[in-house]
Amino acid sequence: MAKANLMDYEKALELFEVVIGLEVHVELNTKTKMFCGCRNDFGDEPNTNVCPVCIGLPGSLPVVNRKAVESSIAIGLAIGCKIEANGGFSRKNYFYPDLAKNYQTSQFKDPIAYDGQLEVEVPSGNKFTVQIERAHMEEDAGKLTHIGGATGRIQGAEYSLVDYNRAGVPLVEIVTRPILGAGSEAPELAAAYVRSIREIVKALNVSEARMERGNVRCDANVSLRPKGQEKLGTRTETKNVNSLRSIERAVRYEIQRQAQILADGGSIIQETRHWHEDKGSTSSGRPKSDADDYRYFPEPDLVPVQPSIELIEKLRSELPENPAAKRKRLAGEWGFAEMEFRDVVNAGLMDFIEEAVAEGAKPQAARKWYSGEIARIANSEDKDVSEMNITPAQVAELARLVESGKINDRIAREVLSAVLAGEGNPDEIVTSRNLEVVSDDGALIAAIDEALAKQPDVLEKIREGKLQAAGAVIGAVMQAMKGQADAARVRELVLERANRA
Amino acid sequence: MSELIKKTAAELVALMAKGEVSSVEVTQAHIDQINKVGDAVHSFLFTSADSALATAKEVDRRRAAGEKLPTLAGLPIAVKDNLATTDAPTTAGSKILEGWISPYDATVVTKLRNELMPILGKTNLDEFAMGSSTEFSAYGPSKNPWDLTRIPGGSGGGSSSVVASFQAPLAIGSDTGGSIRFPGAVTGTVGTKPTYGAVSRYGLIALASSLDQIGPVARNVLDAAYLQDVIAGHDPYDSTSLTQSLGSMVEAAKSGSVKGKKFGLIKQLAGEGFQQGVKNRFAEAIQLITEAGGEIVEVDCPSFDYAIDAYYLILPAEASSNLAKFDSVRFGMRVTPEGNPTIEKVMAATRELGFGPEVKRRIILGTYALSAGSFDKFYGAALKVRTLIQRDFDNAFSKADILISPTAPTTAFKFGEKVADPLAMYLNDIATIPANLAGIPGMSIPIGLADEDNLPVGIQFLAPNYQDAKLYEVGAALEGILEGIWGKRMIDFAPNLEVK
Amino acid sequence: MSEITPDLVRHLAGLARIDLTEDEVVRFTEQLSVIVDSVAKIANIIDAETPITSHPIPLANVFREDVVLPSLTQEQALSGAPDQAQGRFRVSAILDEE
Ligand SMILES: [Mg+2]
Ligand SMILES: [Zn+2]
Repeated sequence: MAKANLMDYEKALELFEVVIGLEVHVELNTKTKMFCGCRNDFGDEPNTNVCPVCIGLPGSLPVVNRKAVESSIAIGLAIGCKIEANGGFSRKNYFYPDLAKNYQTSQFKDPIAYDGQLEVEVPSGNKFTVQIERAHMEEDAGKLTHIGGATGRIQGAEYSLVDYNRAGVPLVEIVTRPILGAGSEAPELAAAYVRSIREIVKALNVSEARMERGNVRCDANVSLRPKGQEKLGTRTETKNVNSLRSIERAVRYEIQRQAQILADGGSIIQETRHWHEDKGSTSSGRPKSDADDYRYFPEPDLVPVQPSIELIEKLRSELPENPAAKRKRLAGEWGFAEMEFRDVVNAGLMDFIEEAVAEGAKPQAARKWYSGEIARIANSEDKDVSEMNITPAQVAELARLVESGKINDRIAREVLSAVLAGEGNPDEIVTSRNLEVVSDDGALIAAIDEALAKQPDVLEKIREGKLQAAGAVIGAVMQAMKGQADAARVRELVLERANRA
Repeated sequence: MSELIKKTAAELVALMAKGEVSSVEVTQAHIDQINKVGDAVHSFLFTSADSALATAKEVDRRRAAGEKLPTLAGLPIAVKDNLATTDAPTTAGSKILEGWISPYDATVVTKLRNELMPILGKTNLDEFAMGSSTEFSAYGPSKNPWDLTRIPGGSGGGSSSVVASFQAPLAIGSDTGGSIRFPGAVTGTVGTKPTYGAVSRYGLIALASSLDQIGPVARNVLDAAYLQDVIAGHDPYDSTSLTQSLGSMVEAAKSGSVKGKKFGLIKQLAGEGFQQGVKNRFAEAIQLITEAGGEIVEVDCPSFDYAIDAYYLILPAEASSNLAKFDSVRFGMRVTPEGNPTIEKVMAATRELGFGPEVKRRIILGTYALSAGSFDKFYGAALKVRTLIQRDFDNAFSKADILISPTAPTTAFKFGEKVADPLAMYLNDIATIPANLAGIPGMSIPIGLADEDNLPVGIQFLAPNYQDAKLYEVGAALEGILEGIWGKRMIDFAPNLEVK
Repeated sequence: MSEITPDLVRHLAGLARIDLTEDEVVRFTEQLSVIVDSVAKIANIIDAETPITSHPIPLANVFREDVVLPSLTQEQALSGAPDQAQGRFRVSAILDEE
């Protein structure tokens, strides 16, 4: 595959206007599949969560999962959509071995939700309103494994294997209208939009929303048009980009690739492209023209879906707080500096911090642990924070141990590593690792507090750099402890206290 | 020929209940008849004598032990081969499914098993039920027991010929455009297409989902009623299955009467272009209904002139999609061309060799009807005709309780007569198709033999949705009148099958 | 006149994944032309206002509760497969070699 020539990004934006369109597939976390009672659990042994319906055996018939419909309506309401009063399913006909019936039961005319919008903030602080055309219900396909090729890729494979455990898992596909006017921030906007959708479905508790597991998948459409031209350019659709970072990179890549082709007098082919995380580039998939006649028609095995006003209003009343509103509220409650808060949001740490705070951590302490330590370690291991082996409750406990003075920051970092290594809860680790000095510190700290109460100006002096001022406190503590304390440790604790306050 | 096989289902059930005959005897008598005439008539694609006898033995044992058994327990039955069965191959008459054993039973088959009915085998049909003669079965046609050189109707010619030749007292059929009623008419038997959704389609290999309906095939109206009562009822595995009960068909058949009822003679199906002998018998039937106190009114259903056209767009469209799953991946035949073919080429080669000409013709037609440029002009337009046909029925049923017409324009034709001319073949279904488009129930019962060829003629009764019971009421009444006149049953006119 | 041409039949057969022979293409072109010309007359009785009917019986909102029902075993699921490996359905390569 020849490497594409890429135009300099700034130059591309000088010449062209960027138009993006995003299709996000959200896998619902129902117990069973969309049209049959098989377990919605596709990590199991291959072809064990399957039945005549989801492997498309002759004679089988679909029956709609009520919960999946309700979850879809909830998503629609959360993204400001209207709900279709008289909709139903259609068949989208195309042959592919992961599609058991060689048609996908989906929605075509009259999707369950339509005409919504979502306000999305990009890292610069700029805000965009993304118009949502529709959100429709459909079923996922099975999983193909390609054997015999060098890399497990579809290209060059000798044969493929199909596991239908995922076939029929309920999906909601959310489709935006063309998004114009994002300029150089189009890649960031694409990522921020998908992040918002992820936050919303997570808050609704209708999806596990783990991108790395494919619970939320994005297809990114990108087209360019020369500045001033009315007509939209030809678009490409980059499939299944499975992290926020990749979405941003893939959109940026397509802008640069298309700009160079257009500037060279070439034309863009309407096609599906695949994103390669390792190479940071996209490559051509099947040309779209071959399969664009899906011959949609109303699914004759299913009857119309007509949600009642009562149901819609009940679901609306149960909607959780909108994530954007929630951000605003938490920014107020936590009292972080604006930059601090934005970093937290951009790093996707808000929900973790919120949970840690709910578990009793102070907001600043939770922020410090998550942004300073856990995110940094995750990053160095090329992982998402959600994949780190620590719960918000454990973070809260760690913060509490420091707060109470039972451990200091240095020891706390050691405890954190042990938690991440799976050794247990922070207090268990403190005990099992015999970090005894810590428990002794309790008595020392009480004595220090007493001494400080009598000499309130000492801490201020230390902070001003007059470290010798600590001497008076150390002396008082040693006296109170009848000489049985470690003077060096006492000094350490006093200095620490000064730094923390 | 054993006397047992000549008896009706109702008679056999009564004899077994009284202990005068065992299920094993009844079942064995039918197996003997299958052994005798089976090859000549070719009704079955698969017979399961051993498992049928095992069920029969079980019934006899439980009856002897004094258990209360279901009404039709011990009565053997044949099942059309487009219903999935776990203990016998299911082919739908197609090479592409040759030898396929389903890992699940169709809901109707489960109901037959729960009723403890010995299943004698799977009956022949036009490939995927596409056809009116069984000539499109990949396994060769079934023969009409009245004349072995003639078709037994289709697609359910296996089921009609099986009951007409006494190989089974009852059979299951499926009716998408007349596949129960047309075979009934040309073999002198009774067949009902219940209201759409009255019988679960789960496990019925779909031809056209919005038209398909499973129903009973029998030699008389009461027997058909017994079978419909067993197979009907809501099924949570079929979203289109009706939730309400339609009542007891057996009671309706037993209280049969035409008196005081208004019969709507459908102007568009009154016989123009129909065989003279068909018209004669139909006219006599009308006369008999009038004499018995029924009132005849004429009803106008102008859009019926377009029913075949709409049908031959809707059916192929749905079928083209329903049959896409036959792709060589999960079940059925696989043809791998030379070289190192891609899956796409394997699928295309499999479908080319696995499907017969009529199936391919309809898939291509259906693909066309649904394709981007022609949807509104064809499929969409056909769905509008469907609305008009329903309106015509609504209008007709505001003037009449029951609608009547001949079931088919002709008696059984000879093999090969229409096979090369799809449009001529499609015209057989002219009277039966409107009911499928509207979902309403219909029944065909025999009304005598045509003068020209001494072959059976059928009358079709149509009732409003959910009113299947009305069909059984009037069907049983007219049947009773005719048998009174003939002094015997229609099937008794059938020639004895001479087999070596 | 009918718009059915041999090329259209080939295109439709491609969409339907049927590898028709040339003889069949010729025959189907003829037969489908006749059928299509005949069915086209339904345009005579409908208009833009006529509503469509895709289900014969007016049902709506038929749902299944989100409760797990028995699945097939892997062996049952694969029992009819022409080819299988590692508990999965085996098919030839999806793309031509480049
Ligand atoms: Mg989709
Ligand atoms: Zn399933």
